[in-house]
Amino acid sequence: MSILVVAEHDKSTLASATYNAVAAAAQLSGDIHLLIAGSGTGSVAEAAAKTPGVTKVLNADAAEYAHDIAENIAPLLVQVAPGYSHVLAAATTFGKNVMPRAAALLDVQQISEISGIESDDTFVRPVYAGNAMATVQSSDSVKLITVRTTAFEAVAAEGGSAEIEAISGTGDAGLSTFVSQDISQSDRPELTTARIVISGGRGMKSGENFPLLESVADKLNAAVGASRAAVDAGYVSNDFQVGQTGKVVAPDLYIAVGISGAIQHLAGMKDSKIIVAINNDEEAPIFQVADYGLVSDLFDALPALDKELG
Amino acid sequence: MKVLIPVKRVIDANIKVRVKGDQSGVETSNVKMAMNPFCEIAVEEAVRMKESGAAEEVIAVTVGPSQSQETLRTALAMGADRAILIETDEVLEPLSVAKLLKVVVGNETPGMVIMGKQAIDGDNNQTGQMLAALLGWSQGTFVSKIDGAGATTNVTREVDAGLETVTLKMPAVVTVDLRLNEPRYASLPNIMKAKKKPMETVTPADLGVDMTPRVTVLKVTEPPARDAGVKVADVAQLVDKLRNEAKVI
Repeated sequence: MSILVVAEHDKSTLASATYNAVAAAAQLSGDIHLLIAGSGTGSVAEAAAKTPGVTKVLNADAAEYAHDIAENIAPLLVQVAPGYSHVLAAATTFGKNVMPRAAALLDVQQISEISGIESDDTFVRPVYAGNAMATVQSSDSVKLITVRTTAFEAVAAEGGSAEIEAISGTGDAGLSTFVSQDISQSDRPELTTARIVISGGRGMKSGENFPLLESVADKLNAAVGASRAAVDAGYVSNDFQVGQTGKVVAPDLYIAVGISGAIQHLAGMKDSKIIVAINNDEEAPIFQVADYGLVSDLFDALPALDKELG
Repeated sequence: MKVLIPVKRVIDANIKVRVKGDQSGVETSNVKMAMNPFCEIAVEEAVRMKESGAAEEVIAVTVGPSQSQETLRTALAMGADRAILIETDEVLEPLSVAKLLKVVVGNETPGMVIMGKQAIDGDNNQTGQMLAALLGWSQGTFVSKIDGAGATTNVTREVDAGLETVTLKMPAVVTVDLRLNEPRYASLPNIMKAKKKPMETVTPADLGVDMTPRVTVLKVTEPPARDAGVKVADVAQLVDKLRNEAKVI
């Protein structure tokens, strides 16, 4: 049996998260196929065919898949899934939206956000915001799985040569329609794939102080993130949020500035290789996970750091 | 229109969970329980819809042991009109919960189901999407704004790239994210009133749903611990450590 990975893309390239999902698929037994659903997917299907380890790309190029509407994509998964032992997608907002809908239609109990693979039917996944790890065994004949991207190192984007097979669309379900998107524009690296992330919390006091963080970020070629407290307070928009209910990141270096270290936030960054905490409260829980802690007022430390980095 | 709000009883979000010594799960005896925080946001939204005249009746439903009545009473104290307890001691998987909720939706015919995007115990983030699938309804997930409730409803979704607005054909299942609203605290008079509001109890067998789990939990363990490192004296020392010791910049 083969494994199907549901790809996420912008019509020209695959999302980085998809390469993490392919890496997870490579730990299972079977050929790996990629499913591209979208409208005008010819070039992304060709890009996808170069993914190492992928033997076939299913290209579903149809108008109803243009905006990642779950009600339209789920029937496509239902149609193709029975030919596979596993269907995987990255645990992004796309995967989390589409996969459970398909799972229910297939009468399958999905396994969410796996961080480890023990065998073809046994997986490890965080529960209680990562405060416990559950090892679970699925008895479903087709296993639908979402993958925690930070737990599987992405495969390369080049090196493979898969065949591309066009498959037809399943039609518009007539339930949801796309209206608009409000996407934050930034020249900085993407939060989930950046090698360095610098995040601000409630200690930043205002969105107007985030340029202090951004200036350091630019010197390190880092992405900027935020705690839930900073997002809830309106300092920055939701797509900056690192944490259990925001984005899960695991960069080489994570710098937490003015973040106390709530369980919710730690769940989103504690797999980072090196963690730095800058906080004026010596007792802040963030220091318990930090490799390097600096007890200092961030409004002194950030300009000093900016200067030190030249 | 009626609004149905499925809610879940979980370990209180402020409690640090402890893994049991025999690795069978996490300790839940003598641990403070509460309504899942995302469910509170769903209840709040439904009650506001009633207050604004967009909803006529708000029905809370839960699946779980008899103590889950407390969670339903909380929803009633916040402003729900009546409640349904689907009483079971079985393991709750999102698929079987969605099947139970589908039957309740069939009986109650709500115009909208509003629920949390995930419960903070299993962190599955599945039940709403599964319910929408089983009903053949539209789904608006991770929603931070609900706009109008006529033949269609516009919802704003929190997606990885930012915000996305979609139009849902009604009826629909909406799963809510953190920034939709700030849930109210139930006042003492409302807590007293909630005790007199109707609560019906049914079982999965009454609803004709098979609860046999598809997934076996083999063990639950502590996550790998991370040791605290060192404190640095100043920014210069920090940069030196990052450059020369950790070699990450």
